[in-house]
Amino acid sequence: MTTTEGTPDRKPAAASTAEASVLKELVAYLRDDRSDLRAEWTRRITDAQLLSVMTPSEISSEVTAVYDNYVDALETGSVETLQAYARDLSERIIPRGVETDEVLGIVLLLRDVLARALFVRHQDDLRMLDRVLDSYEPAANRIAVTVGVSFVEERERVIREQQDAIHELSTPVLQVRERLLILPIIGVLDTQRARQLTEQLLAAIQSSRAKVVVIDITGVATIDVTVANHLVQTVEAARLMGASAIITGLSSKIAQTLVDLGVDLAMMRTVGDLQGGLEEAERLLGHRPAEPEDIPQVAG
Amino acid sequence: MRVAVLRQGDYLIASIQSDLTDSEVLALREELAEQVGRLRCRGLIVDVGALDVIDSFVARSLSSLAATARLRGASTVIVGIQPHVAIAMVHFDLDLHPLVTALDLDEGLDALARLTSQGAEDGR
Repeated sequence: MTTTEGTPDRKPAAASTAEASVLKELVAYLRDDRSDLRAEWTRRITDAQLLSVMTPSEISSEVTAVYDNYVDALETGSVETLQAYARDLSERIIPRGVETDEVLGIVLLLRDVLARALFVRHQDDLRMLDRVLDSYEPAANRIAVTVGVSFVEERERVIREQQDAIHELSTPVLQVRERLLILPIIGVLDTQRARQLTEQLLAAIQSSRAKVVVIDITGVATIDVTVANHLVQTVEAARLMGASAIITGLSSKIAQTLVDLGVDLAMMRTVGDLQGGLEEAERLLGHRPAEPEDIPQVAG
Repeated sequence: MRVAVLRQGDYLIASIQSDLTDSEVLALREELAEQVGRLRCRGLIVDVGALDVIDSFVARSLSSLAATARLRGASTVIVGIQPHVAIAMVHFDLDLHPLVTALDLDEGLDALARLTSQGAEDGR
């Protein structure tokens, strides 16, 4: 282990030469002792049962990379490289279910491990310890914040992307055959989306001259009064455009909810599943002898 | 009046050309009710494709027009409602159920053919 005693030959512009030498010495120490410190850090991570979803070898390789980045960030004062690495790391571990508290816990553990090492090393020289900690603590805290924020930002980015994807995915209006459309609704049906769906559906009815629309809500997890009323309005608007709507895929839970809520679904034609809905649609479209309900109700 | 009323066989076709004032709507209802009986029509088609707005008054008037024509012996089909108009109409919370609607004139004629043949079968 080398102890480079005060060699202020580098040129940190802002920091005083004394501080620079302390920092330089600190970094050199962390580099030299890295295998011991890393091992200690890994042991503490395992003891705390963090990163339980990762294998020991994975942990060890991430630990190595994070440690090196950490020391680099201490040395240069620039967190950009570490930030990029943290983003990249987050991208890899988020899908595996690593939680925010784990990531923060790990970074704070490293901070503690290194701080404790510094205490031990400088225990005989309190003034030196003071100076070392002065330069170590702000940098370490900044690094901890950076890693935590990167992780959360990455998470939020993933969530945003997924929301966008859900939004785009869940609104196709499909033409199955002449004059028959399917509208599979997946996910959460809020007011804005219900409106968007209705507009798309009506535009499709107009352009494809559809007579029958099958609205499949198998992919809708829950339903409440608002959502049910959206559905009723969509069906009614489609009817004004001359198309009959068939609702399919009401789960038993949703059916019970609707009845309990007292939503008036009398005017809605509902069929258990998509297959039944398509059969009903075929019947409406062509294979009459007509049954009374096939024909729109007579006025008056 | 900015409404063209054409007779086609047993049917009467009223094509509204532009937005109507309330009094014009009432006048249209009166004229159609009169003509349906006089011409012994069995079906009435009202084309509202040119309307940018169908407010609650017009919607109610269309309902009562259909009910009136029914009493005079004709079934009514409303055709040509634009998508944005349909969305607005369902938000009025009116009972539009008595209104029979179809996409366009072709569909309206089909619907009328079905309605009137059903009426004949039922002995009406």
